[in-house]
Amino acid sequence: MKIAVCIKQVPDTTEVRLDPKTNTLIRDGVPSIINPDDKAALEAALRIKDGAGASVTAICMGPPQADVALREALAMGCDNAILLSAREFGGSDTYATATILAAALKKGDYDLIIAGRQAIDGDTAQVGPQVAERLGIPQISYAEEIRAEADGVVVKRQYEDCYHLIEAKFPCLVTVLAEAVQPRHMTVRGTVEAYAADIPVLGFEDLKDGLNPDWIGLKGSPTNVVKSFAKQLKGQGIRLAGLSEDEAVNTIVQKLDELCII
Amino acid sequence: MEFTLSKQHQLQQQLYRSFAQAEIKPLARDMDEAEEYSPQLLQKMQQAGFFGIPYSTVYGGAGADNLSYVLCMEEVSKVDGSTGITISVHTSLCCHCLNEFGSEEQKQKHLRPLVNGSKFGCFSLTEPGAGSDVAAGQTTAVLDGDDYVLNGSKVFTTNSGFADVFVAFAVTDREKGARGMSAFIVEKGMPGLSVSANIPRMGIRAASNCVVTYDGVRVPKENLLSREGDGFKIAMKALDAGRIGIAAQAVGLAQGALDEAVKYVKERKQFGKPISAFQNTQFKIAEMQTQVDAARLLTYRAAAAKDAGQPYGSHAAMAKLFASDVACQVTRGAVQLFGGYGYAREYPVERMMRDAKITEIYEGTSEVMKMVIAGAMKVK
Amino acid sequence: MGKDIYVVIEQRKGRVQKVGLELLGEAQRLAADLGQQVVAVLMGHNVAQKAQGLVHSGADRVILVDDPMLETYVTEPYARALTAVIEKFDPEILLFGATSIGRDLAPRVAARVHTGLTADCTALEIDPEEKLLLMTRPAFGGNLMATIVCRDYRPQMATVRPGVMKRLEPDAARTGAVEKLEVAFTPADMNVKVQQVCQHEGKAVDITAAKVLVAGGRGVGGPDGYAPLHALAAELSGEVAATRIGVDSGWIEKDRQVGQTGKTVRPQLYMACGVSGALQHVAGMEESDFIIAINRDENAPIMAMADLAVVGDLNTMVPKLTRAIQQHKAQKAQD
Repeated sequence: MKIAVCIKQVPDTTEVRLDPKTNTLIRDGVPSIINPDDKAALEAALRIKDGAGASVTAICMGPPQADVALREALAMGCDNAILLSAREFGGSDTYATATILAAALKKGDYDLIIAGRQAIDGDTAQVGPQVAERLGIPQISYAEEIRAEADGVVVKRQYEDCYHLIEAKFPCLVTVLAEAVQPRHMTVRGTVEAYAADIPVLGFEDLKDGLNPDWIGLKGSPTNVVKSFAKQLKGQGIRLAGLSEDEAVNTIVQKLDELCII
Repeated sequence: MEFTLSKQHQLQQQLYRSFAQAEIKPLARDMDEAEEYSPQLLQKMQQAGFFGIPYSTVYGGAGADNLSYVLCMEEVSKVDGSTGITISVHTSLCCHCLNEFGSEEQKQKHLRPLVNGSKFGCFSLTEPGAGSDVAAGQTTAVLDGDDYVLNGSKVFTTNSGFADVFVAFAVTDREKGARGMSAFIVEKGMPGLSVSANIPRMGIRAASNCVVTYDGVRVPKENLLSREGDGFKIAMKALDAGRIGIAAQAVGLAQGALDEAVKYVKERKQFGKPISAFQNTQFKIAEMQTQVDAARLLTYRAAAAKDAGQPYGSHAAMAKLFASDVACQVTRGAVQLFGGYGYAREYPVERMMRDAKITEIYEGTSEVMKMVIAGAMKVK
Repeated sequence: MGKDIYVVIEQRKGRVQKVGLELLGEAQRLAADLGQQVVAVLMGHNVAQKAQGLVHSGADRVILVDDPMLETYVTEPYARALTAVIEKFDPEILLFGATSIGRDLAPRVAARVHTGLTADCTALEIDPEEKLLLMTRPAFGGNLMATIVCRDYRPQMATVRPGVMKRLEPDAARTGAVEKLEVAFTPADMNVKVQQVCQHEGKAVDITAAKVLVAGGRGVGGPDGYAPLHALAAELSGEVAATRIGVDSGWIEKDRQVGQTGKTVRPQLYMACGVSGALQHVAGMEESDFIIAINRDENAPIMAMADLAVVGDLNTMVPKLTRAIQQHKAQKAQD
């Protein structure tokens, strides 16, 4: 079984702060990490490898620095890694990103493609389904569990009010949730081997047979950001400090009474 | 001169850090209170390859280097000193002896399971009457047929509570003094080998540390390490290597306590402002971080020298001498910044302060370090 | 260029989900700016009787695709049906609820018809000059807002967070045509097999419907820490909500998570206990009518946005508050 896992390197958004003076994002010193849902996707793939046996290839589109994310994937236990990196790919929205990823995935003849549901910097959840569409294969998103069978998968697919057990034949694409599985740690030996490994970098020239240049990069992206701005937080209300607990509790009860909640 | 870690070392540091934060930190306090190490945690560390870091993949090790091992010691000791010594004794004392002095057969048979994470090792040297004066050891080994028969008692043997392999030192020829000592591979289950309960201690309380008694233990001749009379040399070489790990443990303890203190002084308010706003606090923190960084650089230098195949004994001694002093000062300073809460067991800094003290004592006291350094300078 | 604003109505087991009605309300507002109509797209099996209600809630027309293939939500049959609607009617704008169905279907369809899609929008406007749809959404875990346009492709597609837009009061006097569209499905369209549909164990919690939410953050300390919050919530006829840390640590069900990766709520009262107020959490609760925060750290961001910020320890305050409310109620009953 050949599995590909699509991963993205993202800034750790829990560490991103706003500069209160300029209202811009402070990205200096913010660590880059493997997107948490994608790390769960790696874990899901590696569990299939541990069980039924599979070769697992991690694929990442990004700048040359994204190499680090792929080394980490190798150190967790992936067999291969591929970096998709080219100037032509820059500025891609989800449609263009999916177009590029699909072109690379087509070359690999994978049975199963696993991706994270969504990335913490964009939160779109769109790339997985759009890759599946570009490849013309079924998708199952929001996966909590994946069970691999000889010729397909059975996936526990989460909805707000229920879940479905969905069976799909290979080839297919599954997107997984970060809370579904706890990703394993790297191993020390894995880190050594990860840096001994050769990670091929595929650029525009390598993929151009399957790629319409008008459909990728900034100019091939149907959506454009026209404005970004810091969110206005609500102003401050009443603050109670230095009161005894009983006094504070009474104030809250009075307020709840005023609001007709009690 | 290069002062940044390579990409590979950075990735390893990320592994050690995330493992320590996720797996060790939540257990550290409970293990200290229980004075017992978690077997599940030992297993997780074995799986991640923490017990064979600087050893060749030929023997099932991770194939990383001594700097990587130091990064591991530092990150685990930031959250738990006991984990540091558990890894260190196994890696840089027990495995080091086998890796440097073992025959190919001994490496295949004994080093492989130790570095691939299926067995644990310890180092059985210190005796009730022989601490810094190693050569005063009373444990004896007498050849009887194909076996050496060991008799004697060792104290403060870290990891002995769960170890499978004991590198034990015993006198084979009393006449020759230090040159009459030999090293043996003793295996768990050999008749006459017994291990006491944990010795109650001030710090690193989760680590296993017991009295080991050899009562007529018959050790086959093929378990002699190197040659008869090489024991003292083997012990000294292992301790040279071990000191790099202890220095890293000290750096980790200091940095861990300092990190806790930095977080605390920003939250804690007295006299209407966070105590971090007082210049005394700022100066104290600045001094502490400078000390820790200096200790870290000495430690990395010793590890880099060992990786480069250069002499490192004196570097290791300086690193341990300085880092252990820094660990004691900085952890004590952290408790002081915490005030009353620092003394309370709710916060980890009191544990770190208790753990730090031992780094000035084991694997050669600070006084012994000074002897090593002065000796290397030919000041005799 | 396309025409009219289309809203994909999500139904589950024949029940119209409220996000669809919210979108009809919002679409009416946008349609007024464009001088166009609002069209509801209702897909399912035996759901025709729901069409009239959509008209009452703001649809000027309803496109109905009713077929046994659409009995249960499966990506491909729904994608085929919706693609047929787009190809036949050429909408200017197409809106979905940002639910686990909308966020599965919309990207698939956007890729198929080759257009842009903006996920999880919290505000929609029509640009007065170019008449483009301005789609605003949080990015970077709620740290930043971005306004996105889709200039060259139609329809302009967006998924919109449930609970953000306001539905109209149903007006039984409204009228509108219902138009059936037959889609020629083939068995191959059912490219996966739904083996089983399972309801979640226990009663499903809907924190988006609660008038009062008592939320616990990192400060609750562990799974047991929610018990006093449940007691307080019960006293206030509310529900317990949680932050990402509680859910990620396995302390509490995912259903209760508020924030960027959880749910958006706008209760009358949001009581944040030991919640620091990380932006990704605030993104899901800032529209609450009244916010009370209890936190040990007076500098926690939540304290700067709360209507009433109380510096204190939730472990002692919450049980005291619960008792005080009981007494207050008893007192009132006597008066």
